[in-house]
Amino acid sequence: FPEMSYLSFFCLGPGAGQDVGRSCILVSIAGKNVMLDCGMHMGYNDDRRFPDFSYITQNGRLTDFLDCVIISHFHLDHCGALPYFSEMVGYDGPIYMTHPTKAICPILLEDYRKITVDKKGETNFFTSQMIKDCMKKVVAVHLHQTVQVDEELEIKAYYAGHVLGAAMFQIKVGCESVVYTGDYNMTPDRHLGAAWIDKCRPDLLITESTYATTIRDSKRCRERDFLKKVHETVERGGKVLIPVFALGRAQELCILLETFWERMNLKAPIYFSTGLTEKANHYYKLFITWTNQKIRKTFVQRNMFEFKHIKAFDRAFADNPGPMVVFATPGMLHAGQSLQIFRKWAGNEKNMVIMPGYCVQGTVGHKILSGQRKLEMEGRQILEVKMQVEYMSFSAHADAKGIMQLIRQAEPRNVLLVHGEAKKMEFLKQKIEQEFHVSCYMPANGETTTIFTNPSIPVDISLGLLKRETAIGLLPDAKKPKLMHGTLMMKDNSFRLVSPEQALKELGLAEHQLRFTCRVHIQDPRKEHETVLRVYNHLKGVLKDYSVQHLPDGSITVESILIQATAHSEDQGTKVLLVSWTYQDEELGSYLTSLLKKGLPQGTA
Amino acid sequence: MAAHLKKRVYEEFTKVVQQQHEDVSAKKLRLTKPSKSAALHVDLCKATSPADALQYLLQFARKPVEVESVEGVVRILLEHYYKENDASVRLKIASLLGLLSKTAGFSPDCIMDDAINTLQNEKSHQVLAQLLDTLLVIGTKLPENPSVRMRLVEVACKHLTDSSHGVRNKCLQLIGCLGPVEKGVAKEVESQAAKDVQKIIGDHFNDQDPRVRTAAIKAMLQLHERGLKLQQAIYSQACKLLADDYEQVRSAAVQLIWVLSQLYPESIVPIPSSNEEIRLVDDAFGKICHMVSDGSWVVRVQAAKLLGSMQQVSSHFLEQTLDKKLMSDLRRKRTAHERAKELYSSGEFSSGRKWGDDAPKEEIDTGAVNLIESGACGAFVHGLEDEMYEVRIAAVEALCMLAQSSPSFAEKCLDFLVDMFNDEIEEVRLQSIHTMRKISNNITLREDQLDTVLAVLEDSSRDIREALHELLCCTNVSTKEGIHLALVELLKNLTKYPTDRESIWKCLKFLGSRHPTLVLPLVPELLSTHPFFDTPEPDMDDPAYIAVLVLIFNAAKSCPTMPALFSDHTFRHYAYLRDSLSHLVPPLRLPGRKLVSSPVSPSITPHEDPSQQFLHQSLERVYNLQHLDPQGIQELLEFTIRDLQRLGELQSELAGMADFTATYLQCQLLLIKALQEKLWNVAAPLYLKQNALASAAAKQILEETYKMEFMYSGVESRQVVIIHHMRLQAKALQLIVTARTTRGVEPLFGMCEKFLQEVDSFQRCFISELPHMQGSFVDKLLDLMPRLVTSKPSEVVKILQTTLRQSTFLHLPLPEQLHRATANIVEPTGESDNPLRFTSGLVVALDVDATLEHVQDPQGTVKVQVLYPDGQAQIIHPKPADFRNPGPGRHRLITQVYLSHTAWTEPCQIEVRLLLAYNSNRSKASAKIPKATWSESLEALPPPENGIEGTIPFSKPVKVYIMPKPARR
Repeated sequence: FPEMSYLSFFCLGPGAGQDVGRSCILVSIAGKNVMLDCGMHMGYNDDRRFPDFSYITQNGRLTDFLDCVIISHFHLDHCGALPYFSEMVGYDGPIYMTHPTKAICPILLEDYRKITVDKKGETNFFTSQMIKDCMKKVVAVHLHQTVQVDEELEIKAYYAGHVLGAAMFQIKVGCESVVYTGDYNMTPDRHLGAAWIDKCRPDLLITESTYATTIRDSKRCRERDFLKKVHETVERGGKVLIPVFALGRAQELCILLETFWERMNLKAPIYFSTGLTEKANHYYKLFITWTNQKIRKTFVQRNMFEFKHIKAFDRAFADNPGPMVVFATPGMLHAGQSLQIFRKWAGNEKNMVIMPGYCVQGTVGHKILSGQRKLEMEGRQILEVKMQVEYMSFSAHADAKGIMQLIRQAEPRNVLLVHGEAKKMEFLKQKIEQEFHVSCYMPANGETTTIFTNPSIPVDISLGLLKRETAIGLLPDAKKPKLMHGTLMMKDNSFRLVSPEQALKELGLAEHQLRFTCRVHIQDPRKEHETVLRVYNHLKGVLKDYSVQHLPDGSITVESILIQATAHSEDQGTKVLLVSWTYQDEELGSYLTSLLKKGLPQGTA
Repeated sequence: MAAHLKKRVYEEFTKVVQQQHEDVSAKKLRLTKPSKSAALHVDLCKATSPADALQYLLQFARKPVEVESVEGVVRILLEHYYKENDASVRLKIASLLGLLSKTAGFSPDCIMDDAINTLQNEKSHQVLAQLLDTLLVIGTKLPENPSVRMRLVEVACKHLTDSSHGVRNKCLQLIGCLGPVEKGVAKEVESQAAKDVQKIIGDHFNDQDPRVRTAAIKAMLQLHERGLKLQQAIYSQACKLLADDYEQVRSAAVQLIWVLSQLYPESIVPIPSSNEEIRLVDDAFGKICHMVSDGSWVVRVQAAKLLGSMQQVSSHFLEQTLDKKLMSDLRRKRTAHERAKELYSSGEFSSGRKWGDDAPKEEIDTGAVNLIESGACGAFVHGLEDEMYEVRIAAVEALCMLAQSSPSFAEKCLDFLVDMFNDEIEEVRLQSIHTMRKISNNITLREDQLDTVLAVLEDSSRDIREALHELLCCTNVSTKEGIHLALVELLKNLTKYPTDRESIWKCLKFLGSRHPTLVLPLVPELLSTHPFFDTPEPDMDDPAYIAVLVLIFNAAKSCPTMPALFSDHTFRHYAYLRDSLSHLVPPLRLPGRKLVSSPVSPSITPHEDPSQQFLHQSLERVYNLQHLDPQGIQELLEFTIRDLQRLGELQSELAGMADFTATYLQCQLLLIKALQEKLWNVAAPLYLKQNALASAAAKQILEETYKMEFMYSGVESRQVVIIHHMRLQAKALQLIVTARTTRGVEPLFGMCEKFLQEVDSFQRCFISELPHMQGSFVDKLLDLMPRLVTSKPSEVVKILQTTLRQSTFLHLPLPEQLHRATANIVEPTGESDNPLRFTSGLVVALDVDATLEHVQDPQGTVKVQVLYPDGQAQIIHPKPADFRNPGPGRHRLITQVYLSHTAWTEPCQIEVRLLLAYNSNRSKASAKIPKATWSESLEALPPPENGIEGTIPFSKPVKVYIMPKPARR
């Protein structure tokens, strides 16, 4: 048999391993190399923002080394380095992603490029044309569609929730498989469903573990609180500012407010600061099949993303009197439109700002969340914050329970945790090992993990042999292994199980018969034929299921095993039993000799 | 184009003719039915190829076969079966055998042996499966033959080793349906086959094919349904099946576990990997809870549904389902619910303003946290958050059922239910509001919960709002702030949706009467009275002000100190409202002169309600004074009827009773009037007037009796007898009148015959009630029956006339509860002056919204009638889904009526009203208790009043202005 095959993993640079940031994982599975995600790190502005691709090949070409690249979803920490990787480093192989990801990803990349090149004036960055060229290499896949990358490697996408078009991927070579979850969410939200996977029993499940140590409260309370706060403020005549990132949570909150406005018959205007959102919203409208049950069911009457109450925002609207709700980018209040509006509205205690996500230290968002009421703006201005500041966490990652649930659904043989903090992952690792009895790994960045698998090897069997062998035993039982007799032939990289006769024929060999003979001494003073009769009776009594015959020439046959008795030449009291069997009957033959060696029971005449 | 159309019309026309032709030929075939089997034989012999034979068989299958020729046909089919080489033809024959043995009246035991024999040599798995199916049909047709069943089961057992899943499937199905249910019987019949059916089926729980596994579980469930007590040993096997790869297996296994948990709730099962033991029902509950987070939503729905019916589960396990044990960074975190509760109890209102308000507190022992295997833990939390609304609804329903049986659980699940009020799907929201209403007896709402509940009042869906009003009607509120909050929100609702007026007033009525002590301190504020200054008198027509008053007056009913806080105009307003909105404003004991003005003084507080007493007294009076002169009786009746009607108006709870008796007395009055001797003795030319009066009376009595029988809910068989008796009298009157007006005896024969038949059926139907009807019309009539049957019609009429006059007035016993079915069309209001314009020939949809009270089975009985000005009437049957059931005894019809008419020159009004359809047979079958005694004899005779389908209008007609415009050419 071939040696144990192995899967190996390698996480590139800071990010994918025990850290939240950029994701880029290399998997070698049965000789195939696959790159999972190609993310960038938002925190760096130098070379460190992209993974170190030179590590992969040292100096060869990437295309020769990698069989394919898979992108799980459109967030930049999962796809941000793609144009750099394919156009600047040079990769011409296939890149796989889902349709929505393929549609939205270039918008985000373009936006990112604009900010870095046009605003910050960096050079040596990928260009618009590069994004376009990169996208040409992308192959879009459908959910649950099995894509044959080459003859042996196949991939399949599963729904992952998280953001529109996010997918988990199963990578399969022969009977070895890996599932990579990307980011996923096990609880449905207002616009997306929950992640789902079938019992595919992969050899390895690579799962994110952002919330490894958290069990979250029901989403409903958070939603209710959010709506209540917005509603109360609007009723008071105040203005609500919700700083968001352009894609993902923003859409969820929009749907939430839109349906609430519809239900409650509210009239106050809701605005969304335009820009890339408008383009992205367009795709949300298109990819209805990727959304949740409610939106899918009702889109015939009305597409939920065609907002009735939410209109495009104009800078001048900020000074309008009366209540309003505004979604503005960016989400951490560090620059741009959201900060401008914030400065205008901060002075009035009737107004409110709701931070729907996490804020990095140093941003205005973080400052106001930690309770600072006087902010120093540029130009030595002091801004007094009188408006209410609320924090709502709307996160779309699976919590500890969700991760466990996914593991339960997929039933992997090994689990590997990425995308989380080492300390938290340690807890989850311990839990997974304890509850599922599977081994769990948590490699650091740049570390390679090797996992040995126990692959099953398919063997062709001739139908005649199969039928003959199954006919012998009872009903075939799927859960139990079955013993079969046959000859295994390994020829031209294929395995075949054939009957011995055929094997001999194919190999052109003559059949040899192998017989074992054994002498057993028995103390029995009686005559030979009496001894034979005693042996016969004994065997008949013990071997009820076999045909035991006493032949006229004084020998006994048990199936094809022959037993003869002669008196010992020296000692007449000792009889010598000659037991002879063919190789095929080895099992029965050795059982018989051991039985006879124990001697005959006394008193059986 | 027109020519083309014409051609098509002709084409279709010719087609119709052809079909008729075919029909004729079909009829011919039926005439020659004895040769049917022969014909089939010939056909099959003629068939040259399997395809041909299949065609013949398919054609044959389309025609019915008479009972007598079934056996012959079966023989022919079997003969061909043995000859046939093609598996598909054999398959069809096998399926035909099954169909044929289903023929009503045919006993298939004669073909059973043959059917079993065919199994012996069959090679094709599909045909085998089909043959087993046929055997199943045969077996189910012979339920009283255990030996046949045993044989079939044996045959099935033999084929269980077949390699095809289809065959094994059918075998298991057959064993499940026919396997012996009582062990004793099985042993008697055939001891060697006394194998345990359960064991045989159980062995197939591990079959390699998921379809067979499913079939095995289903067969087991089938055995359970047929009354076999399943062994507890299956439980562990079933538990293993919960982890099956296939959803249908898991789904069936969940059911099996549930069944076992109901059978052996108190058995003790060990917990694997520990020494502890728990009750089986708890273990099963944990396992099913676990399935609520299954990968397949079908299984999730199944599991969530079944959870609701596991009431024996211990409370400790039950409460776990709502606890998810939150944590954040390994530190225990309180849920938002817990925080809200804490804030509330500490007296601080939820601020939620601080970031990290929800910061986790204590550290968690990492070893103690169970992430998955904690069974029931958080099952409902997951179920209520599920992606599919089917699962969410099932979870809400299950919560409802469990909460109804456990008050402590009800208290705990409140927060979760309240959260569901914000679900994205309206159906789920509605369901959770209804659920909350159902468990409202067990709970008291906290202020913060009330706040969330009330927020939903602004919902734009009317169903939701009304369901919420219903909920508030029966909610317990804990503080006076809560009441105030509720009132404020309801008033807000009122200004936003003025159409909710009635519903809101009703809601406040109950809110007030439930919480008098909480309302008391709010009164000055609500009435905006001031200790020193006079405040302006509020507008009496303001719905909001009325709403406030309704709340206060209802609270004042059980709070005698409250009226002292009222200002003068409040008293005046009370008097006004008491009169105009008597159903909302209760009688109050007010100081001074007000006491007199209240119509019924509650100061006496008798054991029985005085109005009830009054009702009975007046009835007694009527029944006792039998021998008054006719004039006196008439007057007394008239007065009593008037009294009763007035009483019904004043006392809404007695309205049904009063109306019912008034109607009865009215009938009696009409009868007496019609029978007045003076008129009947006058000369022939004056008959005319007399006849008109009498026949009109008879007709009206008939109508009234139908109303009495079908429009009141709670009518018992005692009343039905009286009603039918009255109807019989009316029919007798009709007969008399007809006899006097028609010349010649011929038509009378038939009428007399019919009348006597009716008397006969009356006797049979109500034989048990007859002893109570001493001296009544029917009593006397039955005495005279032998004479009546033999005498001539003219004599019959004469006898009838005298008996009718001499018969006594029957006492109408009153049932406990009697409610008259009422309907009120809310929409269209009939006030609009703008006609509904539409193009003639096309349809226009008219929204109809009506409330129905005390209507039994509205889906079947309530119809909408549209009357056009030209006298054309249209009856529309609303869809069953158009009826909602907001509360017990109440229904709501929201439907669309399609109108159409030819063009009119100017707008005109049509009438829309609701009808109550009745069918005397249907009600009879359900109303009679002693049905079993006479049902056998009745079967031979056609049931009396066969198929009388009538309608009673029971709502005020509403006029709608419409205008069909001529189509523009």
